Amino acid sequence: MKKLILSLCACLVLLAGAHASEGDIAWDKFPVGRSQDLASLQHGAKLFVNYCLNCHSATHMRYNRMRDIGLTEDQIKKNLVFATEKVGETMKNSFDPKQAKDWFGGVPPDLSVIARSRSAMGQGSGADYLYTYLRSYYRDDTKATGWNNLAFPNVGMPHVLWELQGQRNAKFVEQKDAHDPSKTMHAFAGYEQISPGTMTPLQFDEAVADLVSFMNWMAEPAQNDRLRVGVWVLLFLGLFTLFAWRLNAAYWKDVK
Amino acid sequence: MADYIEAPANASAARKFMVWVDNRFPATKLWNEHVAEYYAPKNFNFWYFFGSLAMLVLVIQIVTGIFLTMHYKADAALAFGSVEYIMRDVPWGWLVRYMHSTGASAFFIVVYLHMFRGLIYGSHRKPRELVWIFGCAIFLSLMAEAFMGYLLPWGQMSYWGAQVIVNLFAAVPFIGPDLALLIRGDYVVSDATLNRFFSFHVIAVPLVLLGLVAAHIMALHEVGSNNPDGAEIKALKDAKGRPLDGIPFHPYYTVHDLFGVSVFLFIFSAIIFFAPEFGGYFLEYNNFIPADPLETPAHIAPVWYFTPYYSMLRATTDLMLQVLSVIVVAAALWAILKGRFSAAVKVAIAVGALLLLAGFGVFRFTGLSWLAGFDAKFWGVVLMGGAVIILFFLPWLDHSPAKSIRYRPGWHKIVFGVFVFFFLVLGYLGSQPPSEAGNYVSQLGTLIYFGFFLLMPWWSRLGEFKPVPERVTFAAH
Repeated sequence: MKKLILSLCACLVLLAGAHASEGDIAWDKFPVGRSQDLASLQHGAKLFVNYCLNCHSATHMRYNRMRDIGLTEDQIKKNLVFATEKVGETMKNSFDPKQAKDWFGGVPPDLSVIARSRSAMGQGSGADYLYTYLRSYYRDDTKATGWNNLAFPNVGMPHVLWELQGQRNAKFVEQKDAHDPSKTMHAFAGYEQISPGTMTPLQFDEAVADLVSFMNWMAEPAQNDRLRVGVWVLLFLGLFTLFAWRLNAAYWKDVK
Repeated sequence: MADYIEAPANASAARKFMVWVDNRFPATKLWNEHVAEYYAPKNFNFWYFFGSLAMLVLVIQIVTGIFLTMHYKADAALAFGSVEYIMRDVPWGWLVRYMHSTGASAFFIVVYLHMFRGLIYGSHRKPRELVWIFGCAIFLSLMAEAFMGYLLPWGQMSYWGAQVIVNLFAAVPFIGPDLALLIRGDYVVSDATLNRFFSFHVIAVPLVLLGLVAAHIMALHEVGSNNPDGAEIKALKDAKGRPLDGIPFHPYYTVHDLFGVSVFLFIFSAIIFFAPEFGGYFLEYNNFIPADPLETPAHIAPVWYFTPYYSMLRATTDLMLQVLSVIVVAAALWAILKGRFSAAVKVAIAVGALLLLAGFGVFRFTGLSWLAGFDAKFWGVVLMGGAVIILFFLPWLDHSPAKSIRYRPGWHKIVFGVFVFFFLVLGYLGSQPPSEAGNYVSQLGTLIYFGFFLLMPWWSRLGEFKPVPERVTFAAH
């Protein structure tokens, strides 16, 4: 029994420190309001088809679903559909998986529901992750692509948006580990701009936020309907509950 | 056989129709026996909503399941995409799918609360043992139904969860590997597994479930419902043979349950429309990545409703077996030295304890292969299965003189509280990546879970019991 109590105490101490693991950076908060903003979603769609769809696919996403974010079928066909003739097609691409493997070490994942799959308990939503990841690239000559990423160390994908952001180095310092003085930690100490991009840092953050808001919408195109319908359903059920409550009381008032 | 009845000549058309039907099918008789003249205790409280809610969720699952089956493709190459097709292209498909996925979790919440109600008010006690046993069988079938249904979206968690659980069957001595092969229909979880799980999920298990639900309700209506006081309302009847504390189920409890249903649906809808993933507990984030047999996720956790049992499985390490060995020795010695058993029973206890110790591998040091026992994984599976099976025996484990917690000693409430607390802790730990600290807590939780049930014949009769009143406690609304 003593042993059990001791181990229980030990557990509580250990549990407290169980979550911190190396290599993870805290995720930035994706500006959530953008998911409702049609201009942001449309700009994100433009970035998505221009930058992402070359290598990635979104095989569950139909081009004409983008009518839901305020575009006409004609606008979609003229501006956003490159790989196919039919606007009812899904966002496939013709990237050969074997070549992808040779070039990047793996097949680029399908992005249809990537924003949902990347959520993590305690860390943030998938949108938070993507918003952080796409803004965490830095130059690393030890990598085959010449790029590395703080949110996804040793990532296979190069910095596709580099022309917009410009090139950056990451500065690291060796720090003493606060928990274990015998170890040193390779700690990130800020970026250093090497060459400017076509956008200012603020513009770039906004562009990525638009792209992520599109990817977040694409992961569940019904989400805005869901929220809208949900309000009415709850209003109805609230009212119904009120009637059911009074009806119940009316029946039961005679039971002694 | 009922006599043939003639409707009066001036009866209404509806009345004549019912007489016609009743002469051929016991419609009115069934309605009266199970609804209009089924006398239920009038003192049902909050805890008594969950039986009818479980029925409601069952209906929701069956109806939404029918619509999902129209669009779902049980094919390893198409399954993941077909779920996304339902979410995007099928009109209101997203709603049907969220109702079904949230319904699965709601089913377990409602059933766990329903079982807890039975536990605290003694609804499993004589003469309701079969009601309880049918209920436990429903719980077991529900677990099978949920497990097989979870494979169908064919995401990473579906795939690897199934892989882990089916591999558990391989731990059964002698036939294990063949048994696992039979379940999967392949050497790994594959298209063959998906197809057979689909078949079990949409027809085989639901048929069993419906049959068991019918048996559960028939048994309940035969013996009558228990109530929060644990007093038998059938003991006191009026001149017409109606229980003094009973009221007709319809309309009193139909309207009462309607209120319960409306509150339930409000919460259920709030989750469906505003948090269908429920923070990764109802729809796990990893399951939005298509199943990939070549890439094992870093952390595999079952859905929340299985996690208490999963914790027990993970808690069963060699250290745990050593602790269990000590407990077995102590219990056997106590029974032999202190217990009032005949010599034959004492010998049987000693032999049983030795066999158990051999099974735990205590005599492995001898180097004899036939004394090696079974590994910790096997015992983990035994404990995990035993944790559910032990529920079936509850009617014979509980020896409390009062059925209801209301008339049991105050410290019994603490015992129930500790049990529930550790069940929840086991559930939480099962959803987390394994850690050394978490494992110690799970081991303690596992011992408390089994201790609660196995020691119940002893502790449930201890303490000062209050007298159970003849009439139920009821305050008019």
